[in-house]
Amino acid sequence: MTDFISNMVSYMPEWMQYFWPDWFQYIISNVLLALIILLPLFIVVAYYTLAERKIIGFMQVRIGPNRVGFQGMLQPFADMFKLMFKEIILPTNANKYLFFIAPVVTFAPAMAAWAVMPLNDTLVFADINAGLLYILAMTSVGVYGVIIAGWASNSKYALLGAMRSAAQIVAYEIAMGFALVGVLMAAGSLNLGEIVASQEGGIGNWFGVWLAPLFMVYLISGVAETNRAPFDVAEGESEIVAGFHVEYSGMTFAVFFLAEYANMILIAMLASLMFFGGWLSPVPSLIPDSIGWLFLKTWIFMFMFLWFRATFPRYRYDQIMRLGWKVLIPVTIVWIAVEGVMVYFKVGPWSV
Amino acid sequence: MFATIKYYLKSFLFLELLQGLNVTGRYFFRKKITIQYPEEKTPISPRFRGLHALRRYANGEERCIACKLCEAVCPALAITIESEQRKDGTRRTTRYDIDLFKCIYCGFCEEACPVDSIVETNIFEYHFENRGENIMTKEKLLEIGDRYEAQLAADRAADAPYR
Repeated sequence: MTDFISNMVSYMPEWMQYFWPDWFQYIISNVLLALIILLPLFIVVAYYTLAERKIIGFMQVRIGPNRVGFQGMLQPFADMFKLMFKEIILPTNANKYLFFIAPVVTFAPAMAAWAVMPLNDTLVFADINAGLLYILAMTSVGVYGVIIAGWASNSKYALLGAMRSAAQIVAYEIAMGFALVGVLMAAGSLNLGEIVASQEGGIGNWFGVWLAPLFMVYLISGVAETNRAPFDVAEGESEIVAGFHVEYSGMTFAVFFLAEYANMILIAMLASLMFFGGWLSPVPSLIPDSIGWLFLKTWIFMFMFLWFRATFPRYRYDQIMRLGWKVLIPVTIVWIAVEGVMVYFKVGPWSV
Repeated sequence: MFATIKYYLKSFLFLELLQGLNVTGRYFFRKKITIQYPEEKTPISPRFRGLHALRRYANGEERCIACKLCEAVCPALAITIESEQRKDGTRRTTRYDIDLFKCIYCGFCEEACPVDSIVETNIFEYHFENRGENIMTKEKLLEIGDRYEAQLAADRAADAPYR
C-alpha cells in the first residue's frame, strides 16, 4: 500500500511533487491504510448487529428482522440512518464537554486497538513488538469513556451503571491480563504475529489446547470486558434502564454501540489469534494456512458471544465479583504455575 | 469429600452452562413460529368480539326493537339509545350510538339482545382519523351489518350447537 502511493508520486509531474512532500505522503498513506482496516470493520460491525438480532431471534424461535431489503439485509443501514437523524439531547445540568467527549473516549481506543491486529504473517498495519501490551492498554482505556459517560450524564442510573462497569472491569482486567501472561510465557513474545507463529504445526500445538483453563478464563473475562450478557450489569435494562448510556440518543448512542461491537469483534479475533493459531490451518499437511482460517475462527467466537446472550440470564452483581476475584484469578495463577512446570520439563509444544 | 469433588468438576467443566447452550443451540434450527402479520394471519374464532354491527332480517327490516337491554347491561355505559313509535305501530330506535372509546368489547350487549340484533363482528383492524369517528351511529352499525351479514350468519351458525 505504501509502495503503491510512492509509485503514484513518482509518476506525477515535477511541479506536483513540489506540493507533495514526504511528510504529507506519509500522512496520506497511513490514513489510507487505516481506512482500509476500519471501513471493512464498520461493515462487519453493521452486519454483526443484524446477525445478533437474527441469531437471537432464531434461538427464540422467531425469524428476526426481515423487512428492509432481502431478508433484512439493509436493516443495519436503516438503523444507522434512524440514529443519524435523531435529536441529540443534552440532559439538564449535564457536563457538556465530558458528555460529548465520552463516546469518543470509548470509540477511539476500540478502533486504535485494531492497528496491531495481524490478519496474516504480512498483513498488519503496525507490526510493533509490544502489540499485546498495546491492546491491553487500549481496551482498558475504553472503560474511561463508560465512566465519564455515566458521570457526565447527571443521572443516577447512568452513574450506577458507570460505577458497576468500573468495578467489573478492574476485576476482569486482572484475570484477563493473567490469562495473557500464560500466552506470552508460551510464545515468548508480545508481538501478535510471533505469538501466532509459535503455534505452528497443527491443532496439537495451539495454545488453546495446552492452556485450556486460561482460554476459558480469557473468554469469560472477554465477555465481561465488553459488557455483554451475562455480564451486562453496566447496562442492565431490568435494573438501571440502560446504565451508562441512558441519556445518550442519536449519533452519540450510535458511537457507544459501534465501540461495543468493535470490541466484541476484537476480543473474538484476539481469542483466535492467541489460543487458536490465527490464520494457521488445523491440519497444515492437508489444508494450507490462509486468512480465511482467521475469519472462520473469529466468526465462531463472535457467534459464541451471541449464543451466550441468547442463553444465559444476567449475573447478580455480587456473583460477578465473586467469579472474577475468587474463581478466575486463582485459576489463572494456578495454571500459570502448572505451565511454568511444563515449560521447565519441556512438556508441550513450546521451546522457550 | 466425594460430593465436593463432584461439585467442583460440575462447575469447572461448565456442565450446566453447556446444557443451557445445548437447548438454545437446538432451538436455533427449529422451525420458526413467527406469523408475518399483514400477509399471514392467525385463525379467528366464530366467537371473536370485534367491531359492532346491527343486523337486519332477511326481508330488510331492522331487528332492533329498542328494548334497551344492551344499554342496561353495558358495563362501560358505551351505548346510548333513543326510541319512538314508528307509523306502523312498532317501536324502533331513532338513535343507537356506541362509543368505541368506552366499549370494552365484553360482548354482554350481544348476549343480552333478544333478537340477535346487536352483534360483534370479527373485524379488528380499524382506525379513526378524526374526532368523533369513535361514535358508531345507527347508520354506520347497520351498514357494517349489511356488508358482513354472510360472515355474521355463518359465525352464529357455527357457534349455535354450543349455546
